Amino acid sequence: MLRYLFEPGFFGSGPVHVALAVGTVIALTSAVVGVFTVTRGQSFAGHALADIGTTGGSGAFLIGVNQFWGYLAFGAGAAAIMELIGIQRRRGRDVATGVVLGAGLGLAALFLYLGTQYSSTTGASFTLLFGSMFVITSSTVPILITSALLALATVVVLARVLLLTSLSPDIAAARGVPVRAVGAAYLMALAVSVALSAVIIGAVLSTALLIGPAATALRVAKGPVRAMAVAAGIGVAATWLGIVLAYDSFYWPPAHRGWPVSFFVVTLIVGCYLVTYLRPRRERQDVVRQAPDTEQVCSPA
Amino acid sequence: MFSGLMLNTWVAATAVAVIAGVTGFFAVLRGSTFAAHAIPNGAFAGAAGASLLGLNAFVGLAVFSVAGALGIAGLSRRARPDVATALTFVMMLGIGALFVSWSTEYAQEAYSLLFGEVFGVSTDEVLPIVVLGATSIVAIIVMFRPLMLASAMPEVAEARGVSPRRMELGFLLVMALATSMTVPVVGALLMFSLMIGPAAAARSLTARPMLAMALSVVIALITVWIGIAVSYQSNWPLGFFVGVIGAAFFLFARVYAAIARSARGLQAPPAA
Amino acid sequence: MSASLLRLDGVGVRLGGREILDDVSFSIEAGEFTGLIGPNGAGKTTLLRVILGLQPVTHGSVLIDGAPRAARDASIGYVPQKLSIEPDMPLRVRDVVSLGVDGNKFGIRLPSRARREIVDDMLTAVGAQRYANARVGELSGGEQQRVMIAHALISRPRLLLLDEPLANLDISSEQGIVSVLARLARAERIAVLLSAHDMNPLMPVMDRIVYVAAGRVAVGRTDEVVQPEVLSRLYGQHVDVIRVHGRILVVAAPQGPTGSEEVEGIDDEQAPAEGADEQAPVEGASVVR
Repeated sequence: MLRYLFEPGFFGSGPVHVALAVGTVIALTSAVVGVFTVTRGQSFAGHALADIGTTGGSGAFLIGVNQFWGYLAFGAGAAAIMELIGIQRRRGRDVATGVVLGAGLGLAALFLYLGTQYSSTTGASFTLLFGSMFVITSSTVPILITSALLALATVVVLARVLLLTSLSPDIAAARGVPVRAVGAAYLMALAVSVALSAVIIGAVLSTALLIGPAATALRVAKGPVRAMAVAAGIGVAATWLGIVLAYDSFYWPPAHRGWPVSFFVVTLIVGCYLVTYLRPRRERQDVVRQAPDTEQVCSPA
Repeated sequence: MFSGLMLNTWVAATAVAVIAGVTGFFAVLRGSTFAAHAIPNGAFAGAAGASLLGLNAFVGLAVFSVAGALGIAGLSRRARPDVATALTFVMMLGIGALFVSWSTEYAQEAYSLLFGEVFGVSTDEVLPIVVLGATSIVAIIVMFRPLMLASAMPEVAEARGVSPRRMELGFLLVMALATSMTVPVVGALLMFSLMIGPAAAARSLTARPMLAMALSVVIALITVWIGIAVSYQSNWPLGFFVGVIGAAFFLFARVYAAIARSARGLQAPPAA
Repeated sequence: MSASLLRLDGVGVRLGGREILDDVSFSIEAGEFTGLIGPNGAGKTTLLRVILGLQPVTHGSVLIDGAPRAARDASIGYVPQKLSIEPDMPLRVRDVVSLGVDGNKFGIRLPSRARREIVDDMLTAVGAQRYANARVGELSGGEQQRVMIAHALISRPRLLLLDEPLANLDISSEQGIVSVLARLARAERIAVLLSAHDMNPLMPVMDRIVYVAAGRVAVGRTDEVVQPEVLSRLYGQHVDVIRVHGRILVVAAPQGPTGSEEVEGIDDEQAPAEGADEQAPVEGASVVR
């Protein structure tokens, strides 16, 4: 059975090793960060930051700098702008995000155009959207992994405070939590995490790994730790399986070039999410329903 | 700049701006900003599939944008709307990636579908766009009152027999319709900017719905006209100008609103 | 004479061109159960926010144990008016209560049996043990209130503030919450300041009343404060106090607009620049029970 799944040469392949290692770290970070992204209603921001990172990448490419820095700089910059515009309610925030994204995409158009003036980059649009997982230089790997783990650590350290703030910003503020600063720090961690995933795996897959596993986990796990663990598990498993299938698909029709990793990973993630709807709507087994709270009313003191 | 060839461009772009202004007003009102981004982008993936099958790209655009609308509306029934949108979006683009990997000649068309080919609009493309524009506007006018009610006060709408869910689906389908025709002209990414920027600016300037919608259209027109003029001169892509000008209008509108608010000494006191 | 637990002196808050609170002075001693009673729009929430340090004052001072409030003061617990908890919020009831201990601290905490026991004890004390493992977003209003009370009490505050905890509860839930609060407060000598627009459910347990109307207060025992002369002066209009079947009804005669809370527009924070429809809700024949 395993032989059918893993084509010969899979585990011996160098690029595959790198892809698996980097993919695992990215999937893990995205999933955990994603739990908070979904809970805080910032899914659009998470996606927008990936697209804007892509803009940064094309800009960096234009000036001959490693794309990675472009992604990071633009991602962080956009996060700072979003924070400065600083709208508290979700709807207004999404609109501001949309405007920033529109400007970012406009810049991307410009950078790509300017790029075509100097070289033929007809495939650039695609690589930007979908990334290229099998093309990672060994020199950038350590930076990528370290940055991802830093973003992950930030979110984990902030986890309790983020949860308290989501529960009630007033309670958090009354207990001395610097609510605004925490939100900004979280947004930065999100921006870094998303920029990293976008540069390697493209904006689409970055969004998929950020939102999908987290959304699925939130449907099946009740507490915070379990939600993060389940999300991480789904994200990593989907990534691994996606890489395996992409490798295996090399001889599949119709083009006999292999099907793209992004297709497999996205399909697995979305499929996993949809599967959670197959369970019958569970009755609240964990709440022992009795007659409404009846307690003796105190006699007047 | 106003030669015969460019005439098509002006007409098409004007029609697109009107469509974008009207649709965008509702998108911003309903908080469907993410959907406004997802549906055109998903449509773009559909065009890839269509070209693969040798069909007209429009067919792919239409099928995928409608599929996107259905997906978002369907998932939104049980999930958060932004999660529904994100998942629908990535699924469509994942399939798009698959299609692209199967075909060999898609790359060039991809750029124009993402960023627009407004300077290459042929005369026989203009008519469908204008017709579509008119159709979308008629649809919005027909749906206007129930849509406004469902957007602004969903509970009241439900009490009056207007189903917010059906309005959501209806609105997304209108957006899909608008998208499928405008994307080949202004591009997927650009359509989004044109829908959101002007409408967002308009909403910061006034709360009156009809006025805001009219203002959205006006700002979208100004944005696109300036964009075409400058793009024609500089050869820089239209998408760049639309994105930046739209953001500028938004910024200006918010600053204006903030100044107006403090001039009236208004701040929201918490409900006691 | 030792300082009061909480003392407000001449507190005034001016917001958006209006005096929300005007010359508010009162004090609360340890273990007292005080009702903050008044009609909607009177300034109750603002007052609570002032005490919590969430709202700066334009005049006056707020002293805790004789000194201004410190930044990370854990001696005041807070149960806010309405929590909008999404159904997918990944917090079980026991997680919420656990956050009451250290939810404001950064870092990781490993699970420990000691913590679990403290949380369980608190859950039992408020009667929420049955649904300890349920998602907090799936609870009813009354259940959520108990959980938030547990959350606030687990850090052993000396003063507990509750903002309209009884609004939107059915009668039996109302009675349940009041009795839980009174019992726990007495047991631990926690002072309680609870805002409500209906004083009747609190009559059995209230030691004192701070009656708020139109931004001003009258303080004292219920029978001293809830009198037509006192309340009429407070409201600035004629007010009747009717006692019927053991319940107290405060009736204000119909008047013109009294300009209370801002009406929130359709959406977000963008206040319209023109065509702004700001209505000052008419108090009318508001029967404040």
